[in-house]
Amino acid sequence: MLVSNFDIRISDFRFTWVRRTGVLPMKTLIMGCGRLGARLAGLLDADGHQVTILDLDSYAFRRLPGDFHGTALVGNGLDEDILRRAGIERTEVFVAMTQGDNRNIMAAQIAKHIFNVPRAICRIYDPLRQEIYSTLGIETFSPTTIFADMLRQQIQSRG
Amino acid sequence: MYIVVVGGGRVGYYLTKALLDEGHEVVLVEKQGTICDTVNEELGSVCIRGDGSEVTILSDIGTDRAGMLIAVTGDDEDNLVACQLAKHWFKVPRTIARVVNPKNESLFKKLGIDVTVISTNVILENIEAEVPTHLLTHLLVIRDRGLEIVEIRIPPGSPVVGKAVGEVSLPQGAILSLVIRKGIRPFVPSADTLLQADDQIIASTPAESEEALRASLESREA
Repeated sequence: MLVSNFDIRISDFRFTWVRRTGVLPMKTLIMGCGRLGARLAGLLDADGHQVTILDLDSYAFRRLPGDFHGTALVGNGLDEDILRRAGIERTEVFVAMTQGDNRNIMAAQIAKHIFNVPRAICRIYDPLRQEIYSTLGIETFSPTTIFADMLRQQIQSRG
Repeated sequence: MYIVVVGGGRVGYYLTKALLDEGHEVVLVEKQGTICDTVNEELGSVCIRGDGSEVTILSDIGTDRAGMLIAVTGDDEDNLVACQLAKHWFKVPRTIARVVNPKNESLFKKLGIDVTVISTNVILENIEAEVPTHLLTHLLVIRDRGLEIVEIRIPPGSPVVGKAVGEVSLPQGAILSLVIRKGIRPFVPSADTLLQADDQIIASTPAESEEALRASLESREA
């Protein structure tokens, strides 16, 4: 395998970074800069990952922390050309976090099936749809299910 | 056949109407209450208010016994999800999706949607057919076989004018199946039919040879 100096520097950097923080930096692409997307972007960025975040509206980027080092891009995450520009071909983790369940589902499937991104994670509010798509091989989570369970526990534990 | 239509916009409305007229059992799923009321007033009680990408709604209307689900909302993501749920959850044998952005066609195909209808391309083709300089018009695409039925008008300056069909070098797999000529009844050409200027030819061709077929009949140097 041919390894350029640049690659060696990157892997050197990765190595020192991993030794220092215990975290392997990953290239992540987040679609949707809402509260959750922005917060996740900030956390991953602070952990030393390479983060790109996409939103239809540049105004959404106000939610990103002031010291965010990643890339913020305006564009539709369902558009293959925009995704390419956002570097999806080298992305290791794709996260779909827009308000629309179906947008997230479609984006995650584009990432997985068109661009072969190793991990595609997607938020689906509707618990049933979430179950079905997790059986179809997408990593999904439903805030509805998670919060309902969490609140139930919290309420019962104080009873 | 029992057919579920998702999306009650103009496409959904006229599609539902046409399917009902053909005697099918149809349920239309539409999010907006006002549209539902109008449809129900005009077509009888066929419209259910709800989100066509929600399993509970699809289950309520008995999607599991549907022979076909057609998703024609204006949003590709909604059409995709409705079709995928129909296919994977309700085992509907045939799913058809309207695709608004032509870029999404390959994704839909890859994800197992049986038929995609790209409104943009349909409109383009219709306009193309009306543009006189356009000599080749798509009439029909037979997707499972990769075949296209096209209409070609032989331009007056074409080198094939006066040649026999057998002498024209056509791309492999292309067949000239009908000649429509002014003043006489359309006929099936034989190898020694002489082509004339302004003949309309109905031909079937493998999709990938379409350009070659056009070139062999139109180009001036062939």
